[in-house]
Amino acid sequence: MPSLGADMEAGTLVEWLVKPGDQVKRGDIVAVVETQKGAIEIEVFETGQVEQILVGLHAKVPVGTPLARIRTEHERKGGVAPAPPRTMPSAAAPPITAIPRVAGRVRVSPAARKLAQMSGVDLAAVTGSGADGTIVRADVARSLTGVAVRAEGKRAIGLDLDAMRTAIAAAMARSKREIPHYYLEHQVDVTPSEAWLTHTNAARPPDNRLLFGALAIKSVALAAQCFPAFNGFYCDGKFEPASAVHVGMAIAIRGGGLAAPAIHDAAELALDELMARMRDLIQRTRAGHIRSSEIADSTITVSSLGERGIEALYGIIYPPQVAIVGFGKVVVRPWVVDGAIGPRSVVNITLSADHRVSDGHAGALFLAEVGKLLQEPEKL
Amino acid sequence: MTAPADKPHLSRAHALDLLRHMIRIRRFEDKCAELYTQEKIRGFMHLYDGEEAVAVGVIPVLERRDRIVATYREHGHALVRGVPMTTTLAEMYGKQEGCSRGRGGSMHLFDRASNFYGGNAIVGGGLPVSIGLALADHMRGDNTITACFFGEGAVAEGEFHESMNLAALWGLPVLFVCENNRYAMGTALALSESETDIQRKAACYRIASEAVDGMDVVAVEAAARRLVHAVRESGKPHFLECRTYRLRAHSMFDAQLYRDKAEIDTWRSKEPIVRFQDWLESNHMIHPDDLARIEDEVAAEIADAVAFAEAGTWEPVEQLTRFTIAEKAA
Amino acid sequence: MAQTAAVATIEVTYRDAVREAIRDALNRDNRVFLMGEDIGRYGGCYAVSKGLLAEFGPERIRDTPLSESGFTGAGIGAAMAGMRPIVELMTVNFSLLALDQILNNAATIRHMSGNQFGVPVVIRMATGAGRQLAAQHSHSLEGWYAHIPGIKVLAPGTLEDARGMLWTALQDPDPVLIFENVMLYNMTGKLAADAGPVDIDKAAVRRTGRDISLITYGGSLWKTLDAAAALAAENIDAEVIDLRSLRPLDDATIMASVAKTRRAVIVDEGWRSGSLSAEICTRIVEQAFWELDAPIGRVCSEEAPIPYPRHLENAAIPQVPKIVAAAKAALGRA
Repeated sequence: MPSLGADMEAGTLVEWLVKPGDQVKRGDIVAVVETQKGAIEIEVFETGQVEQILVGLHAKVPVGTPLARIRTEHERKGGVAPAPPRTMPSAAAPPITAIPRVAGRVRVSPAARKLAQMSGVDLAAVTGSGADGTIVRADVARSLTGVAVRAEGKRAIGLDLDAMRTAIAAAMARSKREIPHYYLEHQVDVTPSEAWLTHTNAARPPDNRLLFGALAIKSVALAAQCFPAFNGFYCDGKFEPASAVHVGMAIAIRGGGLAAPAIHDAAELALDELMARMRDLIQRTRAGHIRSSEIADSTITVSSLGERGIEALYGIIYPPQVAIVGFGKVVVRPWVVDGAIGPRSVVNITLSADHRVSDGHAGALFLAEVGKLLQEPEKL
Repeated sequence: MTAPADKPHLSRAHALDLLRHMIRIRRFEDKCAELYTQEKIRGFMHLYDGEEAVAVGVIPVLERRDRIVATYREHGHALVRGVPMTTTLAEMYGKQEGCSRGRGGSMHLFDRASNFYGGNAIVGGGLPVSIGLALADHMRGDNTITACFFGEGAVAEGEFHESMNLAALWGLPVLFVCENNRYAMGTALALSESETDIQRKAACYRIASEAVDGMDVVAVEAAARRLVHAVRESGKPHFLECRTYRLRAHSMFDAQLYRDKAEIDTWRSKEPIVRFQDWLESNHMIHPDDLARIEDEVAAEIADAVAFAEAGTWEPVEQLTRFTIAEKAA
Repeated sequence: MAQTAAVATIEVTYRDAVREAIRDALNRDNRVFLMGEDIGRYGGCYAVSKGLLAEFGPERIRDTPLSESGFTGAGIGAAMAGMRPIVELMTVNFSLLALDQILNNAATIRHMSGNQFGVPVVIRMATGAGRQLAAQHSHSLEGWYAHIPGIKVLAPGTLEDARGMLWTALQDPDPVLIFENVMLYNMTGKLAADAGPVDIDKAAVRRTGRDISLITYGGSLWKTLDAAAALAAENIDAEVIDLRSLRPLDDATIMASVAKTRRAVIVDEGWRSGSLSAEICTRIVEQAFWELDAPIGRVCSEEAPIPYPRHLENAAIPQVPKIVAAAKAALGRA
């Protein structure tokens, strides 16, 4: 099949004008090929006898496919000579060279600067992992965890608790200094949740069981979707609500550390998946294998000291977030239900929120929503 | 065919020369068609079959110092001008041994040594340039002339009219050669021009114009001799419409939906090589041996050119941007 | 004129400087001639070539019919055959009719012919808006032309450059396009009496500063300098870079400035989208990203054909207040 044009890739044989045994000479029209432009007559460039037709009528074949075999007078090899190799020499594009680093200046990317500013990180204390010591966002995020970094590598090599303590100190001090906190407390009867958990977990092996913490995080995530004033970042003098809900989960680290890595899109996760993520985060956080995006992405935080026996906790907001929800221990208390006193599982849920962004009324509605969601655990 | 009224002296040697030039072009174009189907030549390729008498009749009349501007259907013009067949074919292969370093391909053959200014792919785009070449010679008082070849399709472009006007207004030494092959790609002349008598258009600009049978190489040469002489002597532009016909399609990828096979066959019977050869034979000016010799020589030259092109090399990619602008001397 | 050891200066207009450049070239090199519409008997649409016909005659001051493609191609052919033509396209607005010759021939022939033929033509054009000439007569397309490999594009913004760029351009073996902003022809100032050829490939720092780099060319140069003066009154020390050559761009001068000031605003009379300012922004991002303290700002023409009434035309093209505002925004100041 001859190439007849720059953009011809294949042709359809619609007519043979010769048959085996016919004599042909150079220039004779031997076939008609249908192309996107119409039917074109094909000439032969050999002189000799047609030996064999190789492609039948109405066959569509790519350019270069042998169509017929012709025995030439000089017994030369018939057919089409091979096309030139398709691989052409290639070369890398010439690099655009950036100007050399100005002496005495650290290179910091715009994204890194922004995160540092939002979360109170001192850039002088950050080591850059980019080319030529450039500080990028991941470096700032990593410093929030207090996790040390190997110079060129991206994986953490372990926990530096002193650095973490320093980072926490700075963040908490800044939070108290800059964020006007207000506090709300809501005692919620979560007997339905406890019962549902008991029932659900009965058929499960221990390492597959759901904990109340998962219900807590899911209910906060769903409530945050309805109350955007508690989910987002405050920086540069204004509040930017986040488009997604990534719930930070406060995790204590043996030796005095604390981190609150994010469970991304917590509101979309089924409880089992959420529980699995929680377990994974706890394990990785304690081993120092947290990703920087997991630290910096939290849009709201949930903290729980129920397992420590504490009944209520009033958290300090992690800047640049604008809210932190605290869960105490689930306690069986005497409670009035339908005019009679009976034992109910009750938990104390607190909200610490940024008064620049929301007020008590909104906070109350938010907490009430969390409590309401916990009444129907099977829907979480 | 009548004997030409003007001299050229049609000696046997000269006749053989004319015939050989035309056959050489025809066989070369035929080889190009073959190579194109094998994807050795790519892009757009426009073959000259049937029009050989125009290039062969006009170009040998020019002097080496004269300038030639041609179109994308310029293989024949380049060959008869003396651009080596080897570097011409290598150019079409895209090899750096080609006359334009392989960068132009079939449509952009350039050769400084023979004052061959392309190879232009924009219809009508070469006319203003030819005006400029002639303007330079005119301003310097040189009697070098510029021959500008273009198809009848170009007369629809504004550039044609601007160039005719400028040439006449300023009295520039240009020989305009319009190869009227009756089709601008797929559009017949009658469907695109209100006035199909092309030479009249140039005459309207007060340029001395005439038409000639473009299938008759002797008639073309006779007219060319007269007009080249006139341009050189007067310094004024002249216009020669050569009425010819393209035996092959516009380019390789053309189903020719716009014209009849019967029409092509009719013109094939009057095509320049067959016509001239028949006339020479009937006047006993050539023998079969001459033809065999011409065909053998041409075949050998073509085989040699193919070998040259095949053996050619690709310009290194690192050189891609070289000569976009002139390089400073070290 | 004073003839002392100190540099004698003369008071001239930009127009006078261009005329003197042409006259000087015609005197120095027999190959030079000027060709264009109404440049001879009329004296030039902007009176640049006034008097030259009488001085040099009709062969070298060659009036043309209204055939932009024809006479631009003629300039190209003449250059290929050894002359040094100056083609004057009355304005960039009419150059569109010659775009095929400029792009497909002038810019392309050297590369396409494998370096056999060069095209040493100079094409001068008036450009820019500001005289209420409405949409079809007010374009600034020098940025478009700067897109094309194979040619050089100049924008003389000062008297020295108007006087000195032409000769250097005529010596260049490749096509050079020179854009003269219409608002500059009447500009008056002092020029050294012996002013001569200048380079055509370097940008110039017209005002040094520490706080921000204002990068511009041509007709916008003086507005940018005025803006720099206004900024100085507010304690902002602006550096003003006059690009002078739009192709090639002098990256080294631009980056050195941005490395020093860390902020940049580009002032370009072309329309914003896909403009020369976009190219410069990208080059700064490619080469000096780490030095930036703020996004790069641009002041360009509004995305509309230039309108006729004065207040709309003024609002459509860059003006001093917009440049000042852009600079302050880049510095985070209201």
